Amino acid sequence: MTLVFETRQVLGRFTLNAGFASDNGVTALFGRSGSGKTSLLRVIAGLSRPDEGRLVVDGEVLLDTRERIFVPKNRRRFGYVFQDGRLFPHLSVRRNLNYGSWFAQKATPRSNFDRVVDLLGIEALLDCRPETLSGGEKQRVAIGRALLSSPRMLLMDEPLAALDDERKAEILPYLERLRDEVAMPIVYVSHSVAEVVRLADRVVMLKDGQVHAAGTPDDVFGGSSSFSSGERRDAGAVLTGIAETIDFRHRMATIRLSKASIVVPMAAAITEGHTVRVHIPERDVMVATQRPEGLSAQNILEGVIAAIEPDGESMVRIRIRIGGDVVLARITAVSAERLALALEKPVFAVIKTAALEG
Amino acid sequence: MSDNEWTAVRLSLWVSSIATLVSLPFGILIAHLLARGRFWGRSVLNGLVHLPLILPPVVTGFLLLIVFGRRGVLGEFLDEYLGLVLSFRWTGAALACGIMGFPLMVRSMRLSIEAIDIKLEEAAGTLGANPFWVFVTVTLPLMLPGIIAGMILSFAKAMGEFGATITFVSNIPGETQTLSAAIYTFTQVPGGDAGAMRLTLVAIGISFAALMASEFLAHLLGRKAHPQ
Repeated sequence: MTLVFETRQVLGRFTLNAGFASDNGVTALFGRSGSGKTSLLRVIAGLSRPDEGRLVVDGEVLLDTRERIFVPKNRRRFGYVFQDGRLFPHLSVRRNLNYGSWFAQKATPRSNFDRVVDLLGIEALLDCRPETLSGGEKQRVAIGRALLSSPRMLLMDEPLAALDDERKAEILPYLERLRDEVAMPIVYVSHSVAEVVRLADRVVMLKDGQVHAAGTPDDVFGGSSSFSSGERRDAGAVLTGIAETIDFRHRMATIRLSKASIVVPMAAAITEGHTVRVHIPERDVMVATQRPEGLSAQNILEGVIAAIEPDGESMVRIRIRIGGDVVLARITAVSAERLALALEKPVFAVIKTAALEG
Repeated sequence: MSDNEWTAVRLSLWVSSIATLVSLPFGILIAHLLARGRFWGRSVLNGLVHLPLILPPVVTGFLLLIVFGRRGVLGEFLDEYLGLVLSFRWTGAALACGIMGFPLMVRSMRLSIEAIDIKLEEAAGTLGANPFWVFVTVTLPLMLPGIIAGMILSFAKAMGEFGATITFVSNIPGETQTLSAAIYTFTQVPGGDAGAMRLTLVAIGISFAALMASEFLAHLLGRKAHPQ
């Protein structure tokens, strides 16, 4: 599955002028609200017509304004999951799920239906009507409905944005299963770093309708140039580890990294033994030259300084190597000087656990 | 009740039913055009549809006579090619009733289409449904309350229609003499009060039944949409 896409479109305040390529796995379109993420997705799905654009999926041209090609939305075979679910209120959950199969080229095998129902845990809801479902249940049904229309790719437009944290935590594991078990290529629109870090293999960061940065989550969120001062709180390292132990009483999970382990709050359901990604915002990391004691922060990781990068006039970004992982810390240049930080100096990265929530 | 009176009642029911059923597809089409269409002359079409509501019924009847009469532009055509005669026939009464009820029918359907979240139709499109199937599987079921309300309004209007009908197709017992026309006729003859009263009671009964039916259907649909 390869998707190559570019578009240009005047959108009120700014011009959307962006392109990206996507492959198997999850590609996240990340950016603040109003950055043009949803507009891009709508052009891909055929819900809006751009002034200029070209979309090729696996060699099939679905949109080419120059050649006057515009395949209508019902023949593009993209499963679109809307932010607001959009279940048909006059149909039961079962019929909502089957809606797409009425129009599919080939009949959906019964086993496929059962598999999707099982994957999303919506067995008990099949005979309900949509308005009796909770927000999280609605969204799971909406995902199932898109999956069962035998799409070549899922387009998800902030599927969790309308939900509270608990509902988000309820759905995220299903999205991970979708990525890992169904191997469905997904383009995922979100403004939440936590979601993107957890799900995406590639991130395309949009700003004012332009592609601002693209790459792996670690590249995009760890890169110093990706964020303007207003978005500082999102910059940081993305670490991958394995969930080692889970303390259900305190709702905390221990994640094994290459050398150290860190403790994170269980905002989202984590399963022992599963691979998880943790986003550590650089401004929530402190640097100590001695192991601090009597501190509320639970994560004190020992490492060495791999790089010191000036960031603006008064700040520096310290890259701390901990085994095979790198944690970023953003501290003032004054502190760096006072602690006499230098390359290869052993230091302790102190991470406030509460900062790792969500 | 006399045979003549029963005939008038039966004729009224028949004419009103035909008027409602035949105008139904046109009503849905026009309502959809007015609610969703973006074309030049939309307000003109809207005005035309609403005209019978504003014009004196006699004027509508007279216009029908000119257009659909034996020597009218369309009347002659229909007679020659389809063998359909409208003037002074029950078919003409149905046409007059249908046209008088049309604005009410379109209005209620249009409101129900405008109340449908267009995003649902968009979602249906992404699931593979072409515009025709989107209309059949999403738009039509969701506008059902409006369709039913529109049909009942149109039927009620047809039952009560008098001015346009009597102008266009006159007042011929057994052919074009509807309930309203029969009551009017009774009031024009000495000693007709009893007959007029009997038909009035029937009219009240039919109107009441139609109202109850509409309430019941609205209740059923409401329960379907909101099961609790």
